[in-house]
Amino acid sequence: MKTIIHLQNVEKQFADQVVIPPFSLEIIGGEFLTLLGPSGCGKTTLLRMIAGFEQPSSGEIFLDGKPIKDVPAYKRDMNLVFQHYALFPHMSVEDNILFGLKMKKVPSAEQKRRLDEVLTLTHLTELRKRKPAQLSGGQQQRVAIARAVINNPKVLLLDEPLGALDYQLRKNLQLELKNLQKNLGITFIYVTHDQEEAMSMSDRIAVMNRGVIEQLGTPQEIYLRPSSLFVAKFIGENNIFSQENSHLAVRPEKIKVYKKDANPELHQKTGEIVDVVFLGSLQKVFIRLDGSEETIVLAHENSEATHAWQAGERVGIGWALQDEVKLP
Amino acid sequence: MGGSRRSLFSVYSWVVMIFLYLPIVILMLYSFNDSRINAVWTGFTWKWYLSLFENRQVMDALSNSLVIAITSSIIATALGTLAALALHRFSDKWKAVMNGLIYLPIIIPEVLMGLSLLVLFSQIGFPLGKLTMIAAHVTFGISFVVVIVSARLSGMGDELQEAAQDLGATPWQTFRHITLPVIAPGIVASLLLTFTMSLDDFIISFFVAGPNSTTLPLYIYGLVKRGVSPEVNALSTLMIAVTILLLLISEIFRRKGMAKESNSQLPI
Amino acid sequence: MINRTKWLSVPGLVWLGIFFFIPLLLVTVLSFMERGTYGQVVYSFTLQNYVRFFDPLYVSILFDTLVVSVLTTLLSLMIGYPLAYYIARMDKKWQHTWLLAVMIPFWINFLVRSYAWVVILRTQGVVNTFLQSLGLITEPLPLLYNFGAVMLGMVYTLLPFMVLPIYVSLEQMDRRKLEAAYDLGATPLKAFWHVTLPLTRPGIVTGSILVFVSSIGMFVVPDVMGGAKSALIGNVIQNQFLSARDWPFGSALSIILMLLCIVLIFLYYRVIRVQEREGGVE
Repeated sequence: MKTIIHLQNVEKQFADQVVIPPFSLEIIGGEFLTLLGPSGCGKTTLLRMIAGFEQPSSGEIFLDGKPIKDVPAYKRDMNLVFQHYALFPHMSVEDNILFGLKMKKVPSAEQKRRLDEVLTLTHLTELRKRKPAQLSGGQQQRVAIARAVINNPKVLLLDEPLGALDYQLRKNLQLELKNLQKNLGITFIYVTHDQEEAMSMSDRIAVMNRGVIEQLGTPQEIYLRPSSLFVAKFIGENNIFSQENSHLAVRPEKIKVYKKDANPELHQKTGEIVDVVFLGSLQKVFIRLDGSEETIVLAHENSEATHAWQAGERVGIGWALQDEVKLP
Repeated sequence: MGGSRRSLFSVYSWVVMIFLYLPIVILMLYSFNDSRINAVWTGFTWKWYLSLFENRQVMDALSNSLVIAITSSIIATALGTLAALALHRFSDKWKAVMNGLIYLPIIIPEVLMGLSLLVLFSQIGFPLGKLTMIAAHVTFGISFVVVIVSARLSGMGDELQEAAQDLGATPWQTFRHITLPVIAPGIVASLLLTFTMSLDDFIISFFVAGPNSTTLPLYIYGLVKRGVSPEVNALSTLMIAVTILLLLISEIFRRKGMAKESNSQLPI
Repeated sequence: MINRTKWLSVPGLVWLGIFFFIPLLLVTVLSFMERGTYGQVVYSFTLQNYVRFFDPLYVSILFDTLVVSVLTTLLSLMIGYPLAYYIARMDKKWQHTWLLAVMIPFWINFLVRSYAWVVILRTQGVVNTFLQSLGLITEPLPLLYNFGAVMLGMVYTLLPFMVLPIYVSLEQMDRRKLEAAYDLGATPLKAFWHVTLPLTRPGIVTGSILVFVSSIGMFVVPDVMGGAKSALIGNVIQNQFLSARDWPFGSALSIILMLLCIVLIFLYYRVIRVQEREGGVE
């Protein structure tokens, strides 16, 4: 496992305002790393610094051990898939894809060979003569990816590439992208605000908030062992219990709901059901805790359980000690 | 809106259109009238047009007009396009200042621009002629070019240029293969517009023309001051025809450009 | 490389500096100079040219010019607004054709357009010949070379300036606001007065400024259609430069004209800014 990109004490300011405070990050060769966070968290700025469209205010970026801070974007051995694809409107699909090779004056036989390869890989062979305006959103997205990967970049950067597509198409393309990454074996740095997307595709996720990487880890680590309150709240559903000067997080599926008189020794808290939402295989049970009006606990219960929970019912709740996560 | 109200509007609008076109049509019609002295229709003739082509002064004015229009439209389009490309890179604050400076020539009354150029040329002792005409026509053309090309550039956004750079295109390659083709319709439109404006200009030319740089509008003015004549009708008709032709060409280019963008993304 | 691109603006800016800003500066300087006996410029400072402007002759010409310009603006607005409204509300596929139809006369040389009216209105013109042949009149009507003819020519040449900006603001207007007004029980007239008209004010202001500024400096239309009696300030300026050869006085008059225009443009920007504040979130 070799580091391909190393960001060292990188900082970004816009007009004297710190957008990204100094941080360091090592990206491993061949991994699928996702920068995940709400809009305005600095993930796109970070990606644009790696691509070379923004200059870090301080710090250094290394690609394969070589500093690239002062290397202009067009000399960096990586490619970016733009959010709105940025396909060249006056060129055919083929010319769009060949653009990078033509700029680098690759011999035309080589150009042709790689074009055919990439067209097959992205299922665009039949559309090669079309103009971008004649393509659907999903097809345009594939052209954008083909146009990038034909250059055999060391790293592929993707800026919310599925953001403009509808839900079903996104689901399919997530799988396609993941497979593509596995087949090509190149490093993907993927920016998204969609946690489901991040969870299903990434080897590692960097959760960002206000310019800071809150946590870096595998999807499992991020989900099961969130290291900050932000991550615990941002990823999936969670119940947060405030203590004196710390917090406790318990996932809804780890919360057990008991009838008022059953297993009283396992009751950690008691309360009253305020709402039950049926979602097929599971039901969401919302419980207002005794003694604190505003704390609503969410529990996921199996729909096929013998007892059908009712709003207004008095219940006890509990969870196993190993399922609770202590947060600062 | 009720049906009767709508048809009232429709009738009204057609009346205004007739008001706009009737004088032009009548003028064109009378350029084919056989009678020299008055407005009685005495028969169809081409003779006024033929006499125009035999008239040495008219032909000189035409060639002056063309030389000045071609030269000034090319210079104005080049300078304006470069300025628009640069303007696009300035921060918003500076952009506003520069825009203000560049748009000023459009807003100032033309008389002022004409006489101030006359003052300039006479103060530095530069003889009035084709060169002063070209300089003047470039000056009022630049601003219009900046407006048109800037509109295309901001419509294009930064992403395409970034994408090209990302794919390894040097700044020059990016300009050559991406920026230039995308703004090309704007550049063509600018050329046509500045050409038309130069061909048509009277007020500014009136001040800076020398004895050997009489253009068609200036020649027509001289004739108009002497009164109505079928030759003027014919010459005016030719000018109208050329203007309409140029406008239609630029409209075709504009629609081509629009068609490319309007369906740039189909819904899936 | 991005910073190098900025240098591309230099040739254009230098050009405008030499051929636009320096000449304006020269005119300003000239307006404070004296005129020599033979029409040459004498380089000694004087305010005489500005004092001379207050001669009742020139004040009344400026007053006439303002009257003509204001009337032209109002008439163009009254004639142009309904047309713009009709175009903005018609089927999309016809809109561009109509707009083009409005713009074509605008691009035709206005010397030619004024001349077209001379062909129609002069003593042996189309109208008089026609009426005489019908026997309705025996003597030709004096249709040309009067105030009415100047107004006709002005409105005719400048009308498209008004239609285009108003069309643009009507086109950009959020139609839902009008629907909301109807929904709340406004009659069409009330909805127009309280919703459409205020929302299209930027277009009205732009169009009015364009027409006004163009008419205030106009000298061709009065020259061709108005004859000697209907001279406007533009004719006086032109005369000072080309016949009377009193450049300093001509310069002073143009500076006054320019200041008038600048004041108007300033007012225009203020109105627009007020408009934007009131407009809120669009």
